Amino acid sequence: MSSLGDVAVSAARTIPPVPRARAVQGGVFKFGLFLCLAFGVVALGTLLVDIVQTGLPRLNAQLFENFPSPSPRRAGAQSAIVGTLWVIALTALFTVPLGVATAIYLEEYADERRWYNRLLAANIQNLAAVPSIIYGILALGFLVRGIGLGPTVLAGALALTLLVLPIVILASREALRTVPRGIRQGAFALGATQWQVVSRQVLPAAIPGIATGTILALSRAIGEAAPLLLVSGITFITFNPTGLGSSFTVLPLQIYNWVTRPQAEFGVLAAAAIMVLLGILLVLNSAAIALRNRFQKRW
Amino acid sequence: MTTTTPPGSAAAPGLGELSLRRARPRYGEKIIQALLLGATALSVLTTVGIVVALLVPTIDFFRTVGVVEFLTGTVWTPLFAQKEFGVLPLVSATLLITFIALVVAVPIGLGAAAYLSEFASSRARRVFKPVLELLAGVPTVVYGFFALTFVTPLLRDLWPGANPPSTFNALSAGLVMGVMIIPTVASLSEDAMSAVPRALRDGAYALGSSPATVTRKVVFPAALSGIAAAVILGISRGLGETMIVVVAAGSTARLSGNPTEGMQTMTSFIAQAASGDQQVGSIGYNTIFAVGMLLFLFTLAMNVLSIRLVRRFREVYE
Repeated sequence: MSSLGDVAVSAARTIPPVPRARAVQGGVFKFGLFLCLAFGVVALGTLLVDIVQTGLPRLNAQLFENFPSPSPRRAGAQSAIVGTLWVIALTALFTVPLGVATAIYLEEYADERRWYNRLLAANIQNLAAVPSIIYGILALGFLVRGIGLGPTVLAGALALTLLVLPIVILASREALRTVPRGIRQGAFALGATQWQVVSRQVLPAAIPGIATGTILALSRAIGEAAPLLLVSGITFITFNPTGLGSSFTVLPLQIYNWVTRPQAEFGVLAAAAIMVLLGILLVLNSAAIALRNRFQKRW
Repeated sequence: MTTTTPPGSAAAPGLGELSLRRARPRYGEKIIQALLLGATALSVLTTVGIVVALLVPTIDFFRTVGVVEFLTGTVWTPLFAQKEFGVLPLVSATLLITFIALVVAVPIGLGAAAYLSEFASSRARRVFKPVLELLAGVPTVVYGFFALTFVTPLLRDLWPGANPPSTFNALSAGLVMGVMIIPTVASLSEDAMSAVPRALRDGAYALGSSPATVTRKVVFPAALSGIAAAVILGISRGLGETMIVVVAAGSTARLSGNPTEGMQTMTSFIAQAASGDQQVGSIGYNTIFAVGMLLFLFTLAMNVLSIRLVRRFREVYE
């Protein structure tokens, strides 16, 4: 755009003005592209307005205090909210060390000329695009039925761990890659070992990026229903989880349960629970963006 | 400085042989490296786990049901008393809904990407890119709710013909899935378009092209492999999407090309069958895995293709 402007200014005397028809055509084209972008914004706005309009009357203390109930007037989502916190906390606990360790290996240690390192990297890239319900099948076959964990918090958290691990790895690799080579070379030149370079120079510099990527991956896990549907089924859970072996429900599952009921009052309840879910996601995403803006260094 | 030995001569006496090798072996370093490699190997274990978890019950399934019967049959009632195992209704519903989603997502996603990459001011980009990211962050069960309680009633109200869409229908699920896929298509294609070197654009401008022409005739073809990768990734997301279809498209397996009817996709069958309690080893249980295997192979093919294409456009311009 600006290059065209420069050319036009410097050569204004010799180049004839753009024909009117062509200028109009160009304007229409640009406006059409803008409409495409605007469509996304309008769709998001419509979705949010629809949900808030439907759910606001039911966004009250009952929703947080009560447990699911066959009567929509008394039903609440406490077991789902607490269940979500349990499952996500465990998922984070499993995902962060594994994901960061893998990213460090692939970025800092792996020799890309070795076939097995290339295979590992390609494998992770592929895993990131496997549909979430396939992870549910894996969890159902191996964890729930295979080794007999049953439909428990632990099985749910492990299923989500496998699901978000590739995303955390890819984001952490990106973050490690932005740390300039000079920092590593400087530390090596002073006699630091590989692990000293990684743990004292590279990792601290990459932590904001890793944290941002991890929070975004976890917020994806919070919204996932499909894999957990296979782990725990549509259950009617009227108690909070008490440990790793408790059966559980989470917000997306509870929302799905309410959406599929025929009574309209459950639809309102679902919309209110969606507001809670979106609220949690909004807080997490804002935290991620704040982290990125505050700590990200431009090298 | 006076003690410096001239190059080529022997090392100064007293200093001994200068060695660049480490003074002592560092076992700690080796252990750390092994641990990191172990964490990485877990991803391979996951892949192997997926394949084995799918394969074992699938093989069991094909002991009872013929492969040809499974792949070419047109009636799907594995959970009923009268069992039929023709997977075509599920496959056709999956493809139909994904196709509707792409009709929405590809033009709109590409348009948005072209606007962001070629026309938007940096301020507009700062505003709109996070909005697209938000659209990608909406949980899919929320999209399902939106499809069922907003888009379907809207379609039924506005429907011009005599047969309005039923409460559960493929059209509404497909349209909302399209909205869900827009960010996938837009962000990858925008990367591809931004990676097109400026010199190509400047060359076209120097020949008198307008910005619109440059976008259509220079940037778009140059970014084509990246755009194709974005679309294929979008297809893969559509094929594997569960919650939208299970909420909005219903659970009737039906071989039909009519998007106003309810139909069951591969994913919604898996979700529905797994939420009922299936005995391990029963034919109903094994069916979940056979359908899962088919879905996995579909999406794997798409992902491999997409990764190849992305690598190609990176190689060309980086």
